[in-house]
Amino acid sequence: MAVETDKIILRIAEIMINELKLEDVTPETFDADIDLVDEVGIDSMDLATVALVLRDEYAVRIDEDDYPKLTTVRLIGEYIRKKLAA
Amino acid sequence: MKTVSSLLDDHWYARYKRISKLNIRSSIYDVTNRCNLRCKGCFFFSSGEHEAAKEEMDITRWETFVDKEMARGVNLAILIGGEPTLCMDRVEAFYRRLPTFCATNGIIKVPRDRFPDMMLGISLWGDEADEKVLRGKDAFSISSKNYAGDPHTYYLYTITPKQLGKTERIIKKIRDAGLKVHMQLLSNDEGVDGFHWRAEELAQIRCEMDDVLDSYPDTVISSKYYHEIITTGKMMGRPFGWMECPSVTDPLDKREPKPRRLTNFIRWASDLNTMHRCCTSETRDCSTCKDGAAHMSWVMVNKRAHMQSTRDLQNWIEIYEMFAKLYQFIPW
Ligand code: SF4
Ligand code: SF4
Repeated sequence: MAVETDKIILRIAEIMINELKLEDVTPETFDADIDLVDEVGIDSMDLATVALVLRDEYAVRIDEDDYPKLTTVRLIGEYIRKKLAA
Repeated sequence: MKTVSSLLDDHWYARYKRISKLNIRSSIYDVTNRCNLRCKGCFFFSSGEHEAAKEEMDITRWETFVDKEMARGVNLAILIGGEPTLCMDRVEAFYRRLPTFCATNGIIKVPRDRFPDMMLGISLWGDEADEKVLRGKDAFSISSKNYAGDPHTYYLYTITPKQLGKTERIIKKIRDAGLKVHMQLLSNDEGVDGFHWRAEELAQIRCEMDDVLDSYPDTVISSKYYHEIITTGKMMGRPFGWMECPSVTDPLDKREPKPRRLTNFIRWASDLNTMHRCCTSETRDCSTCKDGAAHMSWVMVNKRAHMQSTRDLQNWIEIYEMFAKLYQFIPW
């Protein structure tokens, strides 16, 4: 299960980098625990952009009300894994 | 990757964290189609928006409507009109339910026992002479008596080209009334003679706005970056206009590519059904639009564009703080 979550996390990092045009970082060097709002500076519109790609890829809808608690890539990864398992 | 903490020292980082998760979701509501003034250049009347929809008269429908708006995620109601204070029960339907800001001309005094901490923004269109030309009366003399010393009230001072060299006097009058002020520029929707901005006047007024901010920091709620954006119409080299405006009603927004915008923003007409195109009038030319809130929001929705340098991010923080103060999400 951990391996599966790690794969999802890497993919989320990749989507973030591509969609938000983040520079000087790769999916492998993206810190999965960095606070996306307080450190990376993303906002709810950024998260909505990423959520759209994730919905297409994993068929998982991220509820807007859940945005505030999805503060790191790891938390998003775990959220998706749980929804996939449900 | 540039991170927020790599760009900011402890002081600025603390300021950033105070606002970073506010997640303000505003929408705008025309409370009524009527007003007790008829200002020349008022976009609401000049564009015919006051006739766009019939007012909903049933107060229970207003209450149900506000509940639905909250379910849609709105956490800030911005009440405009017409003059909202002509319909206090409708204002109360919002105020009892969610953070509410009410734009008013200040002629009617909002009873503070009924609305103890509702933020009010009183429109002011220049000095006594300008107000007489544009609004038919010196509204300041009435509103300043009604609201002197009120901690939840500020003036929304619309500066006209005729105010060049005169803004300090107005700021002092507001300070002496124990109130705060936020400045914006007249868009002159009705083409009133002598009230068009020329490029050199915009440059001059920018300096003047900077000067009053430096001289009256406890009275003026503003930032120099905001002055730059509103007078140049440019942010990070990008011109403001239709393809950049963040304050377009979401369900009517068919722009491609879609710019960064206010999430779920709608401006509702007073029938609670009709939607207006944007926070100001549909007839306004976007390329010369000076709407202050639209320019502020423009910066706010473009946070990561401001993560190029420390100064850029500080500018972004100052504008977000200004907005958060004006709508009472953080204290003055
Ligand atoms: S007071 Fe406000 S709503 Fe009334 S006419 Fe003047 S600008 Fe328009
Ligand atoms: S008139 Fe101003 S606020 Fe309205 S869409 Fe155009 S730029 Fe935006």
